[in-house]
Amino acid sequence: MSVPSDRLKKDHTRHIKERVIEAVLLLAACVSVFTTTAIVYILVKESWVFFQHVPLTDFLFDTQWTPLFDDAHYGIMVLLSGTITSSAVALLVAIPLGTVIAIYLSEFAPFSVREIAKPFLELLGGIPTIIYGYFALLFLTPLLQKIFPSLPGFNLLSAGIVMGIMIIPYVASLSEDAMRAVPMALREGSYAMGATRLQTSLRVVVPSAVSGIAAAYILGVSRAVGETMILAVAAGMQPNLTFNPTEPGATVTSFIVQVALGDLPHGSIGYQTIFAAGLTLMLLTLAFNLVGYYMRKKYREVY
Amino acid sequence: MIAHAEHDVAEVVPPLKAEARNLSFHYGSFQALKNINMPVYERKVTSLIGPSGCGKSTYLRCFNRMHDLYPGNRYDGTIEFHPDRTDLLSKAVDPIEVRMRISMVFQKPNPFPKSIYENVAYGLRVRGESARSVIDDKVEAALKGAALWGEVKDRLKELGANLSGGQQQRLCIARALATDPELLLFDEPTSALDPIATANIEELISELKERVTILIVTHNMQQAARISDYTAYMYLGEMIEFGVTDQIFIKPRRKETEDYITGRFG
Repeated sequence: MSVPSDRLKKDHTRHIKERVIEAVLLLAACVSVFTTTAIVYILVKESWVFFQHVPLTDFLFDTQWTPLFDDAHYGIMVLLSGTITSSAVALLVAIPLGTVIAIYLSEFAPFSVREIAKPFLELLGGIPTIIYGYFALLFLTPLLQKIFPSLPGFNLLSAGIVMGIMIIPYVASLSEDAMRAVPMALREGSYAMGATRLQTSLRVVVPSAVSGIAAAYILGVSRAVGETMILAVAAGMQPNLTFNPTEPGATVTSFIVQVALGDLPHGSIGYQTIFAAGLTLMLLTLAFNLVGYYMRKKYREVY
Repeated sequence: MIAHAEHDVAEVVPPLKAEARNLSFHYGSFQALKNINMPVYERKVTSLIGPSGCGKSTYLRCFNRMHDLYPGNRYDGTIEFHPDRTDLLSKAVDPIEVRMRISMVFQKPNPFPKSIYENVAYGLRVRGESARSVIDDKVEAALKGAALWGEVKDRLKELGANLSGGQQQRLCIARALATDPELLLFDEPTSALDPIATANIEELISELKERVTILIVTHNMQQAARISDYTAYMYLGEMIEFGVTDQIFIKPRRKETEDYITGRFG
């Protein structure tokens, strides 16, 4: 073996520079992994303490949630019922409206309309949720009370509807992206068969974009389940095992706010409940993400 | 000037299916087609050849008004469609009605994200047909017409996208045939296919002309020579020469055509 000539010799400074950059990038990537791991670790550790005192069967099957009372009950179903009911109302608003908006923007709107409408839509997603909360409490609830006089001042319905309005931009924007990504060749194929614009949108474009649209819906569900402020302000924070949206109720998230802002001593079982509730919430959103992942794989676009 | 075929005395001129007269087309301010005059004869295969950008696809897409899908396009002149002698380009004519009678097969196979059966049934469903027995019969006939029935008859419920490229293109041909079109437009239908699939499609086109008039854009001169009865050579948006395929390839009248066909140009 001969000694390489000067021009082909290894450049050590370049080699070191590359290594340094690699290390910095790795470190940055590790931050997110570390944070996630740390959150899971704390949640599990603190929940462990909680479950030392409260049996898991009580947690899952008790029908009362009164952790701050002398006669304490820890039935998470009570909070989950609030979360499920308000999310269901929100999705009943957001999914149909969001999908229709997406179809309009992607398939029907002229270029100029889309350029104006889309930023406005995205602005809707940028409004702080506390404002939505008071909008529900002070505007929508009185309005609904004119139609249903028996509706209490705090209720899951009004909070759910406003939450749905908040989620519309996420559903619409992501669905629209998915539909716009459908190749023009498919649309042309449909038009060439004599299809109208509506037939092309509903029979070819939407089915082609189904995985992206499903992902948009799943994101909407995650947003609804994780939403806190609107529910804390407008839904009443009263633990209530009900699936009736016209009643007040507390959700997993609004309970966590309530306890975290209260004056419970750290380390008490009452305080410990928020970790158990947080763990439940995390498992719930994890489940939705897994469903979303599965659906993306199953209905992957085949153009 | 346009050199039209002067038919031999012995040759009978077939009936017309369509005829372009003084057809010009603009994309915005760019003129893509210049004063085209050309007949399309019934139940014959007519090929459009010419170098890239010569306007042959643009011309083809005038027949089913595909340019209406995009803003800023303008047609001038007429395409008369026989036997009723309607002007396809008239503002009073609904492009959707045009596409009900004239089908198209594209360069790249573009099956819809549906089953093989539903792909073929698409045009029928769009036309409001819902009788199961009618659709079943037409789907079977169209798949047979596209020489695909034998390969897919046991897997009609599978996704169209699961077929091979050549099969997908035959599926698209079946889709176009299912609605019994009077004119079938092909836009370089074999340019994305391997030689065997290409041979299958060419054979199919030769069979199809028994039933339907065919207008095909191809960048492959051998293909035009093999499958077509008439050939038109286009260059820079103009129709340079139109004639019987043998005459165009053996005895072109125009120098430009000869240069292109012999490979001195293009």
